[in-house]
Amino acid sequence: MSQDLGLWTVPLAVIGGAIRVSTPFLFVSLGETITERAGRINLGLEGTLVFGAMAAYATAVLTGSAWTGVAAAGLAGAGFGLVHGVICSLPRVNDVAVGIALMLFGLGLAFFLGKPFIQPSAPPLPAIPFGFWSDLPQVQAALRVNVLFLVGAALSVVLWWAFRHTRAGLVVRAVGDSAEAARAMGYSVTRVRVLATMAGGVLAGIGGAYLSLYYPGSWNEGISSGQGLMAVALVIFARWNPLACFGAALLFGGAGALGPALQSVGVSSGYYLFYAAPYVLTLALLVATSSPDRALAGAPGELGLSR
Amino acid sequence: MKTDLTRRHLLGGAAALGLAGLPGRARAAGPLTVGFIYVGPKDDYGYNQAHAVAAKALKGLPGLEVIEEERVPETNAVEKTMESMINLDGAALLFPTSFGYFSPFVVAEAKKNPKVQFRHCGGLWTDKDPKNAGSYFGYIAQGQYLNGIVAGHTSKSKKIGFVAAKPIPQVLNNVNAFLLGAQSVDPSITCQVIFTGEWSLAVKEAEATNALIDGGADVITCHVDSPKVTVETAARRGAFVCGYHVDQSPLAPKTYLTGAEWDWLPIYKSFVADVQAGRVPPNFLRGGLADGFVKMSPYGPAVSDGARRNADAVKTEMMKGGFEIIKGPLKDNTGKEVLAAGKGLPEKAIELESTNYLVAGVKGAV
Amino acid sequence: MVAETAPSVVTAAATRAAPAIRALAWLARRAEAVAIPLGAVLVGLALFGLFLLTLGKSPAALVDLVWRGGFGSAFAWQNSLQRAAPLLFAGLCVALPARLGLVVIGGEGAIVLGGLAAAVVAPPLSGLPAPLVVAAMALAALLAGAAWIGAVGALKAYRGVDATIASLLMSSIAIALANHLIEGPLRDPASLNKPSTLPVGEANMLGAMPGIGVHWGLSAGLLACLAAWLLVERTTLGFSARIAGGNVRAAQIQGLPVRRLIVGFTALGGACAALAGFFEVVAVQGNANATLAAGYGFTGILVAFLARHNPLAIPPVALALGGLEASSGLIQRRMQLPDATILVLEGLLFLCLLIGETAYGRFKIFSPHLWASRKASAT
Repeated sequence: MSQDLGLWTVPLAVIGGAIRVSTPFLFVSLGETITERAGRINLGLEGTLVFGAMAAYATAVLTGSAWTGVAAAGLAGAGFGLVHGVICSLPRVNDVAVGIALMLFGLGLAFFLGKPFIQPSAPPLPAIPFGFWSDLPQVQAALRVNVLFLVGAALSVVLWWAFRHTRAGLVVRAVGDSAEAARAMGYSVTRVRVLATMAGGVLAGIGGAYLSLYYPGSWNEGISSGQGLMAVALVIFARWNPLACFGAALLFGGAGALGPALQSVGVSSGYYLFYAAPYVLTLALLVATSSPDRALAGAPGELGLSR
Repeated sequence: MKTDLTRRHLLGGAAALGLAGLPGRARAAGPLTVGFIYVGPKDDYGYNQAHAVAAKALKGLPGLEVIEEERVPETNAVEKTMESMINLDGAALLFPTSFGYFSPFVVAEAKKNPKVQFRHCGGLWTDKDPKNAGSYFGYIAQGQYLNGIVAGHTSKSKKIGFVAAKPIPQVLNNVNAFLLGAQSVDPSITCQVIFTGEWSLAVKEAEATNALIDGGADVITCHVDSPKVTVETAARRGAFVCGYHVDQSPLAPKTYLTGAEWDWLPIYKSFVADVQAGRVPPNFLRGGLADGFVKMSPYGPAVSDGARRNADAVKTEMMKGGFEIIKGPLKDNTGKEVLAAGKGLPEKAIELESTNYLVAGVKGAV
Repeated sequence: MVAETAPSVVTAAATRAAPAIRALAWLARRAEAVAIPLGAVLVGLALFGLFLLTLGKSPAALVDLVWRGGFGSAFAWQNSLQRAAPLLFAGLCVALPARLGLVVIGGEGAIVLGGLAAAVVAPPLSGLPAPLVVAAMALAALLAGAAWIGAVGALKAYRGVDATIASLLMSSIAIALANHLIEGPLRDPASLNKPSTLPVGEANMLGAMPGIGVHWGLSAGLLACLAAWLLVERTTLGFSARIAGGNVRAAQIQGLPVRRLIVGFTALGGACAALAGFFEVVAVQGNANATLAAGYGFTGILVAFLARHNPLAIPPVALALGGLEASSGLIQRRMQLPDATILVLEGLLFLCLLIGETAYGRFKIFSPHLWASRKASAT
C-alpha cells in the first residue's frame, strides 16, 4: 500500500509539517502584527490561543459543528483583546505586564473550564486533499491542507496590501508610529488601539481553534506548549510584515517536523538538538539579517520594545 | 456486611493501639487519610488518569478519606505538598505517583515523617531507603507484548511504530515487548521508535505519529503521559493503534486494536487495608497481568479471530505468572548479546529495572 | 502632561508648609503605596468571588484557604518562602536588563544552564573540601548564566538583534542542549528512570537554613535583590544604565558606554538566574535533571513586571506569588477545585494590581499637592 520512500521522507515531512504546524504560528503572529502596528504589545496571546483552543473544542463538542467552534474561539479572542486594549488605555499601565497577567488568566480559565472536555471527541475541521494526484499515501497526507491554513495565507497577503493601500491600514500605522501625529490628524488613538488589539485577539483565538480542531486536533492542557509566546516573538523576526510572518510560520513549522522525520529515517541520536532546529535557524537568520545601524527597521515608533 | 464487620474490628484494633501509647497510631482511630499526588492533570486520558480513576474508586470505601493534588512538579514543591497533606490533613498514607518524585523528595519526607507510610509509583525503592517508604509498579510490558501480538497479526506492511517520551528503562521495556510480541507472530516485523523527549508535548507527538506512518508503519502505539493525541492522529491517518495507560478505544472506534492499561485499584486497596490493620504495607511490590496490576482493553472490531486466539492463549500463559518476554538468545539492535540461550527474565526480574537497550529489529537508538 | 507638571510646583509650596503638614503629606504618600495595591487585591478577590459563586463554591472558604495555605502558620510561611526563593533570582534576570529598556524573557535557559554547569564541575572536584567545591559550582553557574544572557545583550548591542526574541530563542536552545547533555554524554548510568548527571555528593549539598527550614537560596536571593537595588539606585553605573534605558541617543551623546552597559546588565541578569539553577542543584535536587526547567524563569517575568523592575519590590511580589501557589494544594483538596483555580485567581489579582497603577495620584486624600491646591483656591 504505502511504499518506502527512504530519505525522501524527510523533505516531504518538512513540507507536510510546514503546512500542518505553521497555522497557529501564522494566525497569532498576524494578529500580533496588527496589534503592534497600532503601537501596543500583547504578550498574552499564548493565553488567548489556549483559551481559543478550549472554547473551540468545547463549542464543537456541544454543537457538533467545528465551524461554530471556530467562531466561538474568535469571539473569545475578541473578548480577551478588548480587555487588554481597554486596560492598556488607562494611563501608566504597562501593556507588556497586562499581557503577562492576561496570559495567566487565559490559561487558567481555559484549564478550569476545559476539564469536562478532555474526554469527549469533537468534530474536526475539514481539509482539502491537494495530494489527490499522487498514489503515494505520504504525499496525500502531506498535502491535506486545512481551510484555515489557506485563510491564513490569504490573510497575510491581504494584510500586507491593506497596511499599504487602505485607509484603515494607514490609520493603524499612523497611530502606531506617532500617537501625537495621529491625534493631530483627528483619529482616536485609543479606539484604534483597542480595535487593533481585538483583531489580534480574534486571530489568536482562531489559531487556537486550529490546534484543538485540526492539528493536533485534541483538547488537553499541554496542547500549545508555548506556541503563542513564540509566535509573538516571531513578529519581531518578521519585522511587522504580514508576508514575512507567513514565511516565519512556514519556517518554524517545517523545521519543527525535522526532528521526528530524521528519526524515522534512522538519524536517531541527538534528537534534542534536532528539535532545537527551529530556534537555531530563526536565531541564525535573525543575527544575519540584523545590523546595529538600522536597528529594527519597520518597527512602529510607539512600540515599547523598540526603544 | 462481612467487610464492614472486619473493618470495624480493624478500626477498633487501631484505636486500641493508639490508647496503648503509640502517638502516631492515634490518627488511625479516625478515618484513614490517603493522599494522591499527580504530576499532570488528573484527567489526561493517560498516566495520571489511570491513578485518579483508582483514587476515585477508593473514595467509596468506608473509614477512608482520599485527598488529591494534581500538576505537582517534580521539584521541592512536591515535598511541601506531602508535608501539607501530613500536617494539615493528617494523611497517614501517601501515593506520590510520578517517577521524579522519589529521589530526593519522597526519601527526605519519609525520613522526616517516620510514622507516615509513603508508597511511590515506579519501582525505585531499595533496601537502603527508609523502611516507611516503598515502591510499587506494574509490569505493563506484558500488555505491550500482547499489543504486539495483535499488531503482528494486523500489520500488512510488517512495520510497526512506537512514539516514546524518553529512553528510560520503563519505556525501553515497552518498546522491546511491543516488537517481541509482534515478532512472535512474524519474525520479519520491525519497529520504528521516535522519541519526543518530553512526557507531554502534543504537537511533537502528532508529528512523530505522522512520521511513523509516513515511514510505512501501519500499527502505532506509544508511551507518553497522554496518548490521546497519538491515538487520534493515527486514527485520522487510518492506521491501527494500540492504547496505553487507559482505554482509548472511543478515540479510534474503527482502528483501535487493544491496549495495555493499568489497574491500580487492587494495589491501593491492599495498601489501605494493610495500614488500616496496623500492618506495614510491602516495601517493594511489582506485578503484571497475573497479579491484576495490568489489564487489556477489549479487542476492537479490526482484530482478526486468529489474533484474538493467539493473544488470549499467551495471556492465559501470562496469568500463570513467570512469563518471560526477554528470553535468550536475544541480541540488541547494535548486535550485542543481551541474553544467552536458555536464560530468561520473568516479569518480576529486577534486571528489567535497568534495561538500557533496544532489541534487534527496533529502529532507533537509546 | 499637565498632571505631571503640577506636583513640582506644589512641592515648592509644600516645603514652605508647617512640619506637621509635611509629615502628614509624607504619610499620605506612603499610605497610597499600600492602600492602592490593597484595594486592587480586594477588587480582584471580589471578582473571583463572583466567579466562585456562579460555580456554587464559597468565596469566604477560598480566602480562608489562601490565608491558611500561604501565610497562616509557620509551615505555610516555610512553604511560601521556599517557592519564592527561585523567583527572586528569576525576577532579577528580567528587572536588571529592563533598566536599559530590554525585555528579556528567556531567563529559564540561564537557570537550566546554570544548574547544569554547577552539577558538572562537582564530580571531578570530589575530595576537595566542600566549601571549595560549592564555591566552584557557584562560579561555574554564574559564568554559564552570564555568558548565555550576556550573549543576548551582546547580540543586541553589537548586532541590533532584539533581546526579547533572542532571549526566548536562546532559552529554548539552552533547554534542548541541557536535555541532550543530561540524557546523553553527561548522564549518570545509574540514573535509570530519571535521567540525571552524576550526583554532586551529599557532602557538597547545602542544607536548609537553621530555624527556617528553607534553603540558602532565599537569603542569597534577598541579598542579590538588595545588591541589585544598590547597583541600580546608588551607583553611577546604575544611573548611566537608567539614562541609556530612557534615551539611547542622549546617553551616547553624553559619552556613556551604552554597549558595554547592555552587555554588563544582561550578563548580571543571567548570572542571577543561573544562581536559581545552582540552588536547585546544590540545595534541592543533588544533580542536574530535566526538572531544572520548572518554569521559574517565566514566572520571574511576571514578578519583575509587577515589581515595576524595582529590585526591592521583587521579594514581596515573589512572596505573594509563592503564597498563592502554596495555597493551591489546600484549595484543590478542601474545595475540590482544579489546580487551574489558582492560575485564574493570580491572573485576576495581577490584572487588578496593574489597573491600580492608573489610580496613583488620583485620590485627593493621598495627594498632598491637591490639599495645597484646594487651600490655594480657597484663599
